[in-house]
Amino acid sequence: MSAHIEIPYNMDERPDTGLYNAKLGVWLFLASEVMLFGALFSSYVLLRTGASTWEAGHLILNWKLAMVNTFVLIGSSVTMVMSWAALKMNNLAKFKLYMGLTVLCGIAFLVIKGIEYAAKFEHGLLPNQSTFMAIYFTMTGLHGLHVIGGMIVNGYLLGPGSKMWATEPQRFTNRIEVAGLYWHFVDLVWIFLFPTLYLLPGK
Amino acid sequence: MATDTHHHHNEHHDEPSWIRKYVFSTDHKVIGIQYGLTSLVFLFFGFCLLMMMRWQLAYPGEALPLLGKWLGEARMPGGVMAPEFYNQLGAMHGTIMVFLGVVPLAVGAFGNYLVPLQVGAQDMAFPKLNMSSYWVYFVGGVVMFASFFVPEGAAQSGWTSYAPLSIVTTPAQSIFRGQTMWLIGMVFLITSSLLGSVNIIVTIVQLRAPGLTWMRLPFFCWAQLVTSFLLLLAFPPLEAAGVMQLMDRLAGSSFFMPAGLVISGKPWEGSGGGSALLWQHLFWFLAHPEVYVLILPAMGIVAEVIANNTRKPLWGYSALVWASAILGFLSFVVWAHHMYLTGMGTAISAFFQTTTMLISVPSIIILTALILSLWGGSIRFTTPMLFALAFLPMFGIGGLTGLPLGLATSDIQLHDTYYVIGHFHYVVAPGTIFALFAGIYYWYPKVTGRRMSETLGKWHFWGSLVFMNTVFMPMFVQGMAGMSRRMYDGGEAYLHNQHVLGFNRMIGVGAWGLGLFQLFFIINFFWSLKRGEKVNDNPWKATTLEWNTPTPPPHGNFTKIPDAYRGPYEYSLPGSDTHKDYYPQWEPDHVAKAGPKETK
Repeated sequence: MSAHIEIPYNMDERPDTGLYNAKLGVWLFLASEVMLFGALFSSYVLLRTGASTWEAGHLILNWKLAMVNTFVLIGSSVTMVMSWAALKMNNLAKFKLYMGLTVLCGIAFLVIKGIEYAAKFEHGLLPNQSTFMAIYFTMTGLHGLHVIGGMIVNGYLLGPGSKMWATEPQRFTNRIEVAGLYWHFVDLVWIFLFPTLYLLPGK
Repeated sequence: MATDTHHHHNEHHDEPSWIRKYVFSTDHKVIGIQYGLTSLVFLFFGFCLLMMMRWQLAYPGEALPLLGKWLGEARMPGGVMAPEFYNQLGAMHGTIMVFLGVVPLAVGAFGNYLVPLQVGAQDMAFPKLNMSSYWVYFVGGVVMFASFFVPEGAAQSGWTSYAPLSIVTTPAQSIFRGQTMWLIGMVFLITSSLLGSVNIIVTIVQLRAPGLTWMRLPFFCWAQLVTSFLLLLAFPPLEAAGVMQLMDRLAGSSFFMPAGLVISGKPWEGSGGGSALLWQHLFWFLAHPEVYVLILPAMGIVAEVIANNTRKPLWGYSALVWASAILGFLSFVVWAHHMYLTGMGTAISAFFQTTTMLISVPSIIILTALILSLWGGSIRFTTPMLFALAFLPMFGIGGLTGLPLGLATSDIQLHDTYYVIGHFHYVVAPGTIFALFAGIYYWYPKVTGRRMSETLGKWHFWGSLVFMNTVFMPMFVQGMAGMSRRMYDGGEAYLHNQHVLGFNRMIGVGAWGLGLFQLFFIINFFWSLKRGEKVNDNPWKATTLEWNTPTPPPHGNFTKIPDAYRGPYEYSLPGSDTHKDYYPQWEPDHVAKAGPKETK
């Protein structure tokens, strides 16, 4: 007979830290993500300052599509919060509506991104063309992978994961909060990526 | 409500299957043991690579007996080591020892096994993440190991993988090339350490038992906490760098390739415009904190063993805690002292020289506190204690010889010589690895219920101590004579270091002797599993919470979640009598101080 294990504070807050485990966990994870993207942004700065020429993003990238994508992603962050708030108000139907919208926004973002990538491939603007194109593909690609990761989590929470609401509503609400923190971070990264890659002038 | 579902859950999972219990287990102790065994195998493998290299250095161009033929014509034409194979051995020795051996042993094994026990928890905060952390590490190890068997063999550009060399070596745009697999393996290892470090931090912050306040935490846990923060924050930049190097190798980008490169007489075809120094910055941004990832858990183990075997409280516990936190912080701002030779400018060099001198202060505080802890103690010279004691001067030598490397003026002379090899091996080999041995001998009874043989342990210790120094001490002399590292012929082609070449044979003998004495450990490790002396739950008469569990600890660890009533090292306090010189953390005052009764 295996011992009965219950990890404390996996649902309720520990009084002296004011956190439940997953919330601390996701903040630590996001700290490491800041270091990951921080390293890429630092690389951008170092490569740009060391380069003799640098492309202007708005001339070779489609900044209009990217602008649309910025609003799509900000919108998805808003619906993400709304879905969490809906659970706080005990309204599962509303949660499903807003979470569904969040996932749809994620899909829209990726489709627009795909259109952008396809145009670049068509014009032969590949990572081997210039350091600018290389960092454009690396950063937006890595960000895109983060969007896909977030959508898998959100999709799970919208579908099979939502069964937890019936048995452990508090824990399920926590999960939405944690997934939301991650999703806002992914949004935030894009808000830095957009002006850096698409709007800054060349040299 | 939560309890109800758990109950329901439990009824279906009374006896987990063999696979769930020993292979895909979520029990932190099983995962710790998995990490421990895997990393010991990798340590041994990495050591074997080194023993082959030392043959080539001791007897350049001579056929390697026995093994030479067996390794194949591509690696060992006519039994003589090919230069490319030597480079593979060098690169993979470093990579395996650091990323697959020492760190997984220090953090994955010791951290996983002991942190939940020492904080009085039933498991880690995220048991499933913990399991995936081990398996992701395992896959990373398999990728690294498999890279020896792809066309042109494993990575050949040193464990630092400096660009452009790492990009132009075996440049095929296929993932089945040594360097590309090295990068993919690293991405797995970084992901694994990310999962592990989040888990350790959350466990320490959130799952401390009632009464276990921050300043009652064993120093080992503090060391693991700081280490985990270093892994969490320093590794991602290397992951970013790894992705960029993958892009350079697979997608033809030029992140690390400057314009106008000519390789083997042919102009490089890429766009250029990148920076080779960028790789070095990102690599050392990880790799310097990594040094403290290697050393801090070692210090944690040594502190536990010293307190227990001197029967005294640690001297300066709070100084140790603060020093390790400051050490962790400063370790993020010293990385470019590995790059004085790159001509990054005197202003930047001045900054990094200053921070490097600063970081030696907390290191010295920790070492001093540990040495002063011995003062006036009635020391038990057990095998773990011998290793812990030897750690102090060995790490001391490693640390002090680092100072001339931290100052640009002397570093320019010593950079990339065997002096550097001697320096960091003193920190990691007779330093960290001795501490890890101390830890294995010390906690083995808790894990297995039996003590390891003291006789075999002492043979292992004295042999290792003598031969470690035979190997690494001559390297300082060779390095100061200007002998470069990474030389396939051991420096034979250079006139200026002819007078120190003889040491290469001495080091070779030392390395093989060291290998021989590890057999005592291997035999002891397996022999004691069945034949070792059986022990009770607290054989060392120790004070921290892991000794309050049944032996070996069952799933769930404690029969009852303990309360912590006092600090971690209450040995030989005034008023304690000769029958019992220690007050365990888990005993309330009226039990602990109630006279001669021993705890079970």
